[in-house]
Formats: sequence, C-alpha cells, structure tokens
Amino acid sequence: MGNTLTIAQAHDKLRTKQCSSSELVQACIDRIESVDPTVNAVVYKNFERALNEAKKIDSAGDFSHPLAGIPYLTKDVYCEKGIPTTACSNILRAKDYVPPFDSTTTARLKASGAISIGKSNTDEFTMGASTETSCYGTTRCPWDTSRVAGGSSGGSAAGVAADECLFALGTDTGGSIRQPASFCGCTGLRVTYGRTSRYGVMSMASSLDTIGPLCKSIEDIAIVLGAIAGKDPLDATTADVPVPDYRAALTGNIKGMKLGLPKEYFIDGMHAETEAAVRATTEVFESLGATVEEISLPHTAYATPTYYIICPSEVSSNMARFDGIRYGHTVENAENLVEYYKDVRSDGFGPEVKRRIMIGTYALSAGYFDAYYRQAQKVRTLILQDFTTAFKSVDAIIAPVAPNPAFTVGAHENDPVAMYLEDIFLDSQVMAGIPALSVPCGFSKEHLPIGLQIMGPQWQEENVLKIAHAYEQATTWHTAKPSL
Amino acid sequence: MFSLTCVGELLYSRSDMATLSHDDVRHIAKLARLTLSDEEVEKYAKELTSILAYIDTLQEVDTEGVEPTAQVTGLTNSFREDSIAPSDITPEALLECSPLPVVENQIQTPSAHG
Repeated sequence: MGNTLTIAQAHDKLRTKQCSSSELVQACIDRIESVDPTVNAVVYKNFERALNEAKKIDSAGDFSHPLAGIPYLTKDVYCEKGIPTTACSNILRAKDYVPPFDSTTTARLKASGAISIGKSNTDEFTMGASTETSCYGTTRCPWDTSRVAGGSSGGSAAGVAADECLFALGTDTGGSIRQPASFCGCTGLRVTYGRTSRYGVMSMASSLDTIGPLCKSIEDIAIVLGAIAGKDPLDATTADVPVPDYRAALTGNIKGMKLGLPKEYFIDGMHAETEAAVRATTEVFESLGATVEEISLPHTAYATPTYYIICPSEVSSNMARFDGIRYGHTVENAENLVEYYKDVRSDGFGPEVKRRIMIGTYALSAGYFDAYYRQAQKVRTLILQDFTTAFKSVDAIIAPVAPNPAFTVGAHENDPVAMYLEDIFLDSQVMAGIPALSVPCGFSKEHLPIGLQIMGPQWQEENVLKIAHAYEQATTWHTAKPSL
Repeated sequence: MFSLTCVGELLYSRSDMATLSHDDVRHIAKLARLTLSDEEVEKYAKELTSILAYIDTLQEVDTEGVEPTAQVTGLTNSFREDSIAPSDITPEALLECSPLPVVENQIQTPSAHG
C-alpha cells in the first residue's frame, strides 16, 4: 500500500517504475475515505486536482526530485491558489476564503513536484494544543480515538500517523508541530525562526511563527526541509543563510557528540512513563558514542508565561485584519462600520481566539505595555541566554516534548490555563528561536506514543537531524503503526 | 510626589493587575471590537483573571539592565530594492474575496459615520 511508505521509499519505487504517482495519490485518497470519518484530520479534500497533477507527473516521468509525485496534506492556514483556506475558523468559512495566490512553501513544493491532496485540521487560527477549537470538530489520536491528536497541527500529525498522506505541513508557534507529532507518534521539526518562509501562511504571532514538516522518518524531514528552506524576498524575516544538504548530514555517526539533559524538564506531576522513556534514551545515545550530561536552563519555568504575553499581544494585532471587509464572514443590517466590525468578529471568532485577542489587547493597552509585553521581551532575552550558555558546553539538548502522552478529548474544556500548561516544555525553544524536533522514543502502558525532543543552536538543523536520525536508526519506535 | 518607582509599584500591585471586573472585560472587548453577551462577560472575567494571575509570575523575574528581544536571530533593517515586480494576482481576484458589494473596484461598506 503506497500510502504507508516514507517519502524516500516511495521515491525509490517511483524512480524504478514499481509504482506511479497516481497510485500513491489514490492510495492516500482511499485511506482518507476509510479512516478519516473517525480521525477527522482532513477538512478539505482536493482529490480531483491531485489526481490530475499525478497523471501529468506520471506522463512526464521525471522523478529526479525526491518529492516528485509525492502526496501531502497542508495545514489549513497555508494559502493555495484556488483552494479554500479557512484556518478552521467560522470567520473564513461562512464564505469560504479562496486565496488568489500560493504561499511560498506550497509554491516551492509544487515546483519540486509534490502533490497537495487536501487541507488538514488545526485549532482555530492555530490557537490551541488539542485541535479542539477547530470549527470542523476535534481531530482524534489514531492510537486511541477517545484522545486528542494534540495541536495545533493535530490534523497534520494524525494524517501522517494514520497513513492518510506521505507527509504534512504544519506550523509551530508554541509547540504546534512538536506536541502533536509526539502525541501521534510521528516526527516533526520546528525550524530556526526565519529558516522557512511564512509568506502566505496565516499569521498568529509574527515574532514566533515558524513553518515546518511532519513526517514518518527523519530522512523525510531532511528531504522536505531541503525543498522549503531558504531566503524568500516575500518574507523579510527569512535570513540569507545557506541551505545545506540536510540528507547528507544523516551519517549515523554521532560519536563524541555532547548532549545535555536539562534538569528543569523533569518536574513533579509529569507522567512517569514519559520521564522513564526520555531518560532511557540516554543509554541509546551512549551506546552510539555520544555523552549525556545534566545541564541547567534556569529560566525554563518562565517560558510559558512569557509566551502567553507575547503570543496574545501579537494575536490581537494579527486578528485585526479579520473585519469582514476584504474576506470572510459578513453580517447584515449593521448600524455603522464599527458595529459591523463588532458583529462580524463576535459572530465569526470562537472562544479561544476571543480570549487571546482580549488578553493581548489588555497587555498592550495604555499603562500595561511595560509591565507585560516589555517585561516578557526581557525575560525572552534571559531564556535565550540560558541556551547560549548551555550550547557552549553541549552540542544539543534532549528533553521530553510534553509532560504526558495524549490526553482525553474535553479534559481541559473549562480550564484555559491547564491547556496552556501543555506547552511547558515547548515555549523556551520558541523564545530562543532555535530548531527543535520530536522523534518517537517509546509508548506508555496504554500504548500511547511518547516523543523525545532534540534541540540545537540557531541554524543547526543539520546537527539536530543527524542526532535524531542516529537515534531513529538504533530504535524501532518510529516503525510502529496504529490499528484503525 | 510619587517617584517613578512608586508609580511602578502601584502598577505592579497584584490586586490592580490580576483581577478583571465585568466593566474591565467590557472595556477590553470594546477596544478589540468584540461584542460580548452577559454570560460571556461573566465567563471571560473569570478566565482572563486566572490567565493574568498565571502570566503575572513574570513580575518576579529580575530584568534590571536586560535588553528586550524582538528579533531573535539578530536581523536588522532587511531592505529591498524599491522596484516594481510583476504579480499574477489581479485586483479583480482580490476583490472577489470580499463578502461585500464591489462598486467600481471599491468595496462598499456600512457607513463610517453611523
């Protein structure tokens, strides 16, 4: 079944004519039709167009690029020309927003021959840690459908884990790629801020947003990253840093590398099996010739409160554009323009979006800016300094992704702070702008996946991928599949 | 006369910062161009208060002499040439996205003057 393959495996089959792109696309479509009524990972099906593209690629027969003819899912915040893109929000769903342009990332993937087969579910405007705030309903964890897939890229992670696609695109502002990857048992990379272009991807918090891949293997992450990374004139925050051959870095040799295990990431109340699985990775790394030492990142506990000032502040600014004028939801009989704005926004935005807009509006309002936003930006500097200091003595840092495996749907329904605490191991990297990924490292007794987080200094995706790849080659966790 | 420090302390006092009344919530909603029902005001007053209490933990961090970080990779002044580049997005395609009537390539909105 072509849909279960990794990108690298599928590429080999395409190149040697053992299968066609049309067969791969059809296998993913069949899988989506069969399991997605349960998983709810896909919110828009782009099947007809995908099959047409596959046919064209098959008849051209050029499979020199490793992504040529490979079907993927895109999180519902990436604009694709002519394809409804709604951020899983009623404010863009009532009259489906159909962008007249492509995001840089989907354009780059298209140029490499990859085929977009649909839009994947997300928390509304990526605000959440469980994909429960989507206007299309909750995505379910493929390993236990009474549980969440994580979020906000829950549809992308579940889609990859359930073999509904070969890979998927997500966004990571405060852990939204790594946490669902961990909950669903796939791999996911948050890149250095500015490594990939944000152009054409709906913004949540512009100084924190990154876009990146979710895949079935580290090698696949390297393939996709190589195709999407690099400077983009349309996104001034992308940096002119050379894009290396990430795949070539995957030598399996990590002998002599120094890894740090931060003591602040093992806290009271975390899931015992998560702690055990992450600590057990030490032995694997040591058997590969790396050393693991305990380190300290003293400002770790402040990362999440910092995030929940900076993020909502930038949310309140970014969400201002949704006013019912240029796109989206509309209402009738508004008395005047201000009432129109209010009616459109109150009707179209869900509770978590409203919550963040209000927190941000408050934090940025007269008299509070220094106490909140400015103070958060200063603490951000301290968190960044923690990492700068640590990376003087270690090459990379290993830690848990989340304090627990996937939680039950509805568990944090009436407690927004409890939902925010799902991010506690994921926000420091965001504040420091460093790359970090999630790779499967075990299962709980209930057979729920557990993820290992590996982080490195800014722009060193190569090393992070090399370490993750060596770990993956030495273990079998990433090969396990959920039964659906 | 208050010194700057005294004003700062007033501003930072928890009772002032971390508890939002119903009127506070209505005021914030007005600034954010949102209309809330009475039930929503009730709900958000509680929720926003608990969120503010949580993020208020940042006040205990000593940031004396620490510079704020806005651009984390150190990029400054990312300039480009001020030149006209071709785009395949037409004004008509952009206007097509609007849910409001389009008149002579302009979007007709409700009156700004009431």
